[in-house]
Amino acid sequence: MSRGDAGMWRDGRTRLGLVILGVIVLLALLAGVISPELPAAQHSIVATRFLAPFTTDFEGVFHLLGTDRLGRDVWGRLLHGARISLAVGALTMLMSLVIGVLVGSVAGFAGRGVAAVLLGLTDFALGIPRVVLLLLLAALWQPSATQVVLVLGLTGWMPIARLVYTETRAQLGRPYVEGAFALGAGRRRVLFRHILPHAAPPVLAALTLGIGNAITLEAGLSFLGLGVQPPAASWGSLIASGRDTVVNAPWVGLAPGIALVLVVVGCTLVADAVGERK
Amino acid sequence: MLRGVALHLLRAVAVVFGVVSLTFVLLHLAPGDPAAHLLGPAASLEQLEAARHTMGLDRALPVQYLAWLSRAIHGDFGMSIARGRPVATLLAEAWPATALLVVLSLAASYLLGIAIGAWQANTRSRVLDGGLSAATVSLAAMPGYWLALVLVMVFTYRLELLPSFGARGLDADFLGTWPQLLDRLRHIALPLLTLTLIGMGGAARFVRSSLRDLRDAPFLVVARARGLSRRQVIMRHQLRNGLIPVITLLGLSLPALFSGTVFVEAIFAWPGVGQVLVQAVQGRDYPVVMAAATVSAVLVVVGNLLAELLVGLVDPRLGSGDVAR
Repeated sequence: MSRGDAGMWRDGRTRLGLVILGVIVLLALLAGVISPELPAAQHSIVATRFLAPFTTDFEGVFHLLGTDRLGRDVWGRLLHGARISLAVGALTMLMSLVIGVLVGSVAGFAGRGVAAVLLGLTDFALGIPRVVLLLLLAALWQPSATQVVLVLGLTGWMPIARLVYTETRAQLGRPYVEGAFALGAGRRRVLFRHILPHAAPPVLAALTLGIGNAITLEAGLSFLGLGVQPPAASWGSLIASGRDTVVNAPWVGLAPGIALVLVVVGCTLVADAVGERK
Repeated sequence: MLRGVALHLLRAVAVVFGVVSLTFVLLHLAPGDPAAHLLGPAASLEQLEAARHTMGLDRALPVQYLAWLSRAIHGDFGMSIARGRPVATLLAEAWPATALLVVLSLAASYLLGIAIGAWQANTRSRVLDGGLSAATVSLAAMPGYWLALVLVMVFTYRLELLPSFGARGLDADFLGTWPQLLDRLRHIALPLLTLTLIGMGGAARFVRSSLRDLRDAPFLVVARARGLSRRQVIMRHQLRNGLIPVITLLGLSLPALFSGTVFVEAIFAWPGVGQVLVQAVQGRDYPVVMAAATVSAVLVVVGNLLAELLVGLVDPRLGSGDVAR
């Protein structure tokens, strides 16, 4: 694995992707240290609202990215929002990974009947319009971060299931897998030691792309007011809050959007590199 | 071939049916009562009961479901609870606006994407290729609602050039033919630009890598050796072979584009299906939600189906209709 990682690191674009993601994850983890104040904290609304980026307010507090309409520090809210957005992305993909590997490997090992049923289920799930379902659930029940993760996870596992299924079928016919079975290895051991490592590159690529996707979708829901609820704020709700201050304080909406684009670009670059390794 | 097509069709029908059933169950499981929404907080219990009865909401769920299904198959989606008008009319009014946006942006983004991708794949300048890659990756990464916001910021507020609301101006009815057309164009510009830029990024990336793989393929070397011009090699040989996977992408991007339009329509107040759906979900307008969900499921399925059949037509090697996934 280490040789492969070094190879990935040597490629300029991948390095850029890894650096972008690394820095953003680090900033999100350290949000409490860098910006210890609660992201929802307000000061004097009149004196500190809509301060431009790089200004210092009357209390001597420096605002890197300025303040919003309630005088809250945009940089701080961005950092704390990163935690929610990244967590939603990561948890969603973890859930997709578990379901996808389970469905894909069971279908791969099982007989034709079971496989046909599971693959049919996968096709069906792929046909569900994700956004419509999300809109429906979010609007009908009380929207929350948990619910968004559940729905995104339950509608994101299909590509992984397909990849794992294809790889399982392909590897099962290979002599070394027969050898492993002959040596007394159980199905689980064969799956985890032999088959899944082969499926890892495309699955990891699909996962990284999926994280970017999930973060964007969550942001979209929050943008419509159907995602994470205030006073907690994800990047989507931050973009939404910048929507009506486009004219006098464009930085409120621009900053979280740029952060979102950076994460998705980082994911794309890394996914490209991981997918090409085989 | 025929058997493959029949199988695809069967699966498509099953998916639509499944989605519709799922929507129905979710909708009726959810808290919230359309009768209460319609009559407001001052309604008495008797009034609520009466309203539920006229809407058929007091019957058992399976009965309601079968009743809805048998009517929907005949194209009757019932009456909108919130607006008191036939759902079919509502959707028929909204449909052209969405279709216009989707078709135009699909065409524009793929034409531009193919051009940019082909340019990148055939240039020897690493700077040009890298620069265009950076641009297309970033564009593809942008969420539609954010890009829309940025475009409004620039074109509506800074440059005061384009309107950002609705499909036509308030005075549109009083304008002559040409000014009216211009008014339409000015209104569609920003939503169209938003969807096109995002779609273009993805398409260009895909085309570039697809054509890159072919750059040193033997048949292209032979074509060059035969003395064909650069243009002929690219247009006749490279694009024709390299664009086959792009067709699949085209079909697959139809549902993504639809979901993209939901957000973009919400921002630009574009009077399309997405707008109708969002409002209906918020107002518990059961019949409208059901119809809009059905339409979008059909759209997704048709997109996939078209992609699979088209690939079979373009590439005879895959002509069985059962395309390798």
